[in-house]
Amino acid sequence: MPTPASPRGNGSGRSGPPLWLLLELTYRCPLHCVFCYNPTDFGSVGPELETAEWLRVLEEARELGSVQLGLSGGEPLVRDDLETIVAAAHRLGFYTNLITSGVGLTEPRLQALRQGGLDHIQLSFQDSTRVMNDFLSSTRTFELKSRVAALIKKHDYPMVLNVVLHRLNIDHVEEILGMAERMGADYVELANTQYYGWAWRNRDELLPTRAQLRRAEDVTARFRERVGARMRVFFVVPDYFETRPKPCMSGLGRVFLGIAPDGVALPCQAARMLPGLAFPNVREASLGSIWYDSPAFNRYRGEDWMKEPCRSCPERSRDFGGCRCQAYLLTGDAANADPVCDLSPHHHLVTEAVDRAARRGTALASEHPLVFRGHR
Amino acid sequence: MGSLDTAARPTIGRSFRLQWEPAQEAHVLLYPEGMVKLNQSAAAILTRCDGRRTVADIVTDLESTYGLAGLTQDVCAFIALAVERTWLELLS
Repeated sequence: MPTPASPRGNGSGRSGPPLWLLLELTYRCPLHCVFCYNPTDFGSVGPELETAEWLRVLEEARELGSVQLGLSGGEPLVRDDLETIVAAAHRLGFYTNLITSGVGLTEPRLQALRQGGLDHIQLSFQDSTRVMNDFLSSTRTFELKSRVAALIKKHDYPMVLNVVLHRLNIDHVEEILGMAERMGADYVELANTQYYGWAWRNRDELLPTRAQLRRAEDVTARFRERVGARMRVFFVVPDYFETRPKPCMSGLGRVFLGIAPDGVALPCQAARMLPGLAFPNVREASLGSIWYDSPAFNRYRGEDWMKEPCRSCPERSRDFGGCRCQAYLLTGDAANADPVCDLSPHHHLVTEAVDRAARRGTALASEHPLVFRGHR
Repeated sequence: MGSLDTAARPTIGRSFRLQWEPAQEAHVLLYPEGMVKLNQSAAAILTRCDGRRTVADIVTDLESTYGLAGLTQDVCAFIALAVERTWLELLS
C-alpha cells in the first residue's frame, strides 16, 4: 500500500504524529485469500471494538495529527457501523479511504458512505477471470466485484483497482490490465504478494519466477505506453527479487498507526507476530501514550536498535533496515537486517527461496497444497 | 508557462482536499492514501483556488495581500505545475 509523504522525523528527538491511521475494523471476511496478511491465528483474537470505541480512537488520533484514515480488515463492510465510522471520521477532518473486496457494497450502502463523506475506495481483485478470481479467493465473487466496480464509477469515485500478484496469476497481467481498462479504471495497483500471515504459509507456492516477473513488467510497460495518462499503473515488485529492502512503513513508529479489530495498536499490520513486544490496547491506554511512550512503539523507532550491517550503513536512514517482520520470519531475530538486503549475512535465505521457486516452475505444487484462509 | 489562460478559474482537483493541519503547522493537500505538505506560498495560492476566482484575480489578490508586484509569472508557473499534478483543475 502506498504510504503518505514522510513527515520530518529523522530518528532524533520526539517522533512526528501518526499521520496514517489504519483501522482494521474486523478480521471477518467473506473471502479466503491464500495471500491474506491477516494473522493465521485470527480466530483466537478477542472481541472487536464497539462503535463508540472506534469513534474515540478517531477523535484521539485526530488530536494527535492523523490525517489519512484507512478502513480495512478483513472486510470492513462486514461491520454494519461502517457508515457511522466514516461519517464521524469525515467530520473530524480525516481523508477517508475504504479498502474493500467489494463484497457487501450495495448501492444503498455506497450512497450512505458517499453522504457520510467517504473520499476514496480501493477495490481488490484477485485475477481477471472469474475462474481464477474465485479459485484464489475460494469464493464466487467475480461478477459481484464487476458490478461493484460499475457502481463505484456511477457514484463518481475514481476507480482504483488493487490486484495482488503471485505465481498463479502473474502470467495474466495482460488480461488483468485489459479488464481494468474495460472497467474504466483510473488507477491500477499490481502489488506483488508480501510474505506475511497466510501468504507466508503459502510462500513457496506463491513466489513467482524471475522470468514470470520480467514478462509481467514488460507487459505493464507496453500497456502504459499504449494508454498513456488515461490509466495509471503501479507495479510493485516483490522485494524477494531486490537487493535492497523496502523502507517498511517509512520506519516503524514514524507515520503509521494500525489498530487491530480487538483494539491492539500496531506499528505495522503484520507486527503482531513479533515476539517480546506487549502491544498496547486502545481499551486500556490513550492513543497519545501508546504512540509516544509505549515500549512496543519505541522498540524499533529510530536507529538505536540496529545491529550490523545496518548500524554503520550509510543507507540506514533511507530504508530503516527494511522490514522487522521479514527479518524475524526469515532469521528469527527482528533486529537483524532485512535479509532482502544483499549486505545481510542472511541474504541467501531469500535467494534460496527464489531459486526454489524457479526450479519448481509455474505448476501448482501438489505435494504442498495452498492453505486457504479460514472462516471466522 | 505562457500557455496558461489567466481567465481560467482553478479549483482543487477531484479526489484532493486542502486543509490546515495544526499538528504540522501547515496546509496539506490530501489525496488517496497520500499527503503533500505545502509551503506558505503554495498554500497562499491554493487556498485561493476556489473555482470562482480567475488566475488574474488570484494574482491581484496575492499582490495586494503581500504588497508585492509582478507575481504573474510565478503564480502561473505554480498553477501550471499543480494542474499537471492534478492538484488543480481549470474551469473555463
